[in-house]
Amino acid sequence: MGEQWAQFVAAGLTSGAIYALVALGFSIVYNASHAINFAQGEFVMVGGMAAVSLVAAGLPLAVAVLLAVAVAGVVGLGVEKLAIEPAQRSGKADVVTLIIITIGVALFLRGVAQVLWDKRVHPLPAFSGTEPIAILGATLVPQSLWVLGGTALAVLALGWFFSRTLYGKAMRATAVNPLAAELMGISTRGVMLASFALAAMLGALGGVLTAPITFTSYDVGVMLGLKGFAAAMLGGLGSFGGAVAGGLLLGLLESLGAGLLSSAYKDAIAFVVILGVLFFMPGGLVGARRSERV
Amino acid sequence: MPAAANVSERAVPGAAPIPASAGWTRRLASARTGGLGVLALVLATLPWVFPNNYFFEVAILVALNAIVCVGLNLLIGYAGQISLGHAGFYALGGYGSAILAARGDWPVWLSMPAAVAAVGALAWLVGRPTLRLKGHYLAMATLGLGVIVSIVLSNEDRWTGGPDGMAVPPLVLFGRAVQGEPLWYGIVGVGLWLTVWFALNLIDSPIGRALRALHGSEVAAETVGIASAQWKLRVFVQSALIAATAGALTAHYAGFITPAKASFLHSVELVIMVVFGGMASIWGAVVGAAVLTLLPQFLTVLKDYEMMAFGAILIVTMVFFPRGIVPTLQRLLSRSRR
Repeated sequence: MGEQWAQFVAAGLTSGAIYALVALGFSIVYNASHAINFAQGEFVMVGGMAAVSLVAAGLPLAVAVLLAVAVAGVVGLGVEKLAIEPAQRSGKADVVTLIIITIGVALFLRGVAQVLWDKRVHPLPAFSGTEPIAILGATLVPQSLWVLGGTALAVLALGWFFSRTLYGKAMRATAVNPLAAELMGISTRGVMLASFALAAMLGALGGVLTAPITFTSYDVGVMLGLKGFAAAMLGGLGSFGGAVAGGLLLGLLESLGAGLLSSAYKDAIAFVVILGVLFFMPGGLVGARRSERV
Repeated sequence: MPAAANVSERAVPGAAPIPASAGWTRRLASARTGGLGVLALVLATLPWVFPNNYFFEVAILVALNAIVCVGLNLLIGYAGQISLGHAGFYALGGYGSAILAARGDWPVWLSMPAAVAAVGALAWLVGRPTLRLKGHYLAMATLGLGVIVSIVLSNEDRWTGGPDGMAVPPLVLFGRAVQGEPLWYGIVGVGLWLTVWFALNLIDSPIGRALRALHGSEVAAETVGIASAQWKLRVFVQSALIAATAGALTAHYAGFITPAKASFLHSVELVIMVVFGGMASIWGAVVGAAVLTLLPQFLTVLKDYEMMAFGAILIVTMVFFPRGIVPTLQRLLSRSRR
């Protein structure tokens, strides 16, 4: 019984780590623009597919992985520059309009992927072999450790970036009060660009880390995006710690629910959980209670 | 004649005031009476110019989508509450009626209203906690509801036939099966006209003004005595009822239904039609549904590039016409008139 639990926890943390990376992307973009970027899941797809192509082109795996993340970063910059910025410059872009635009971006990226690659499922070679290892009674593929380690590293680096560097602090200042930040000489446009690039790179990192386990295709971003959104909400939208906690919690609940209750309803668990949270504690698990100013 | 007109004007206080002296010409030129007349004329003329059945099929599709969008626009455009899960209600209407008819041997004329009423009850039940949420939280909750519905429909294959969908018995009226595109075109055409008529009357009634007031500011609306929670819930249920009706009609017309009807993508398509055509514009919803239903028919020429083109068109229109097509055109027209 104990072994079974260890297995569930290991599987849950692995998928939870990916949700956490996607949720972080949602929170970063939300802080900069107060928009929900429905193309966040597509960045995961771009990362995974780009890595597959680069490996197929003969590049060493490590180089391919880094390049794929960089490619996604450039795509993120392009999305901000070509879709989000013109919308905000034209003046009246409310939240719903921005949501629709990011949905348009998601469709566009998925469409491009369909043309550039194909509709088939592609595997990426595992980073360090496929020989399963036993840890605390759970049997893991080594790639799971890469996922957990890579996510932990990304979260730590992000924490350092936001608390120690001038650019990170500028992004946090913009999240708190864009006008005040601008008056202090922070380029809020630059912050927007950086936020999209960062969010895209985090998503792509999730994409390349998980591609050897779950494989990748042009439409993997849809479900991952929705679950990442749920994870970000679960932790409280805009909170970085909350995004990580929400992602891991969602992964754990999903794997336990699938193992103990019903594996057919695995994908529904995230949404049942988020509905419960929204109905009974609408600020998320970490989010503070705010009163609305009229 | 003026006396009668006066009475009817007073029955709808605050509706676009039409002086009695202006008579029926002004009235015809109004967006309500005139627009409904034009819609009836267009719907009645189209069958005479359609060269083949394919055109009827597409027109039926357009009308069904337009029905859903007019209802959804009451919620999104007028009451200002987004729903990313309306495909769930649409599909439940279709599946509900299909299951009652196919597995329970109910006559379709009974299974359709029963399923629609059940969806309305469900919307009322989930709407109460959902509509307390605002903005992104409301978007997430409605999205979650839609996704859960779609997963349940794919998994309960004993009832729904699973991911492959199920066959739906035909609608039988007066002992005869309702079949053939022209007949169905007539049914959904009348349905669309009635929905538009209902929506136009609703938004010019005290209910419509209450909705617009709470869209502007819920707190301000409450201080002038509008029970905002109650009105939001009512319009949510109403739009769910309309979606379920269209879903049931679609299922019995097509004779087949799959869980894709409940997918997140379908919910998003419906919202896009509303926003593209123009929020808070009944005619915008009709135009949006028509354009975005016809567009993929043309884009199939592009085959693999279809999704890419659809995404690009969406981005470009939302960047340049964030208010939607119809309100933007209306503004241009009124400016050029001056």
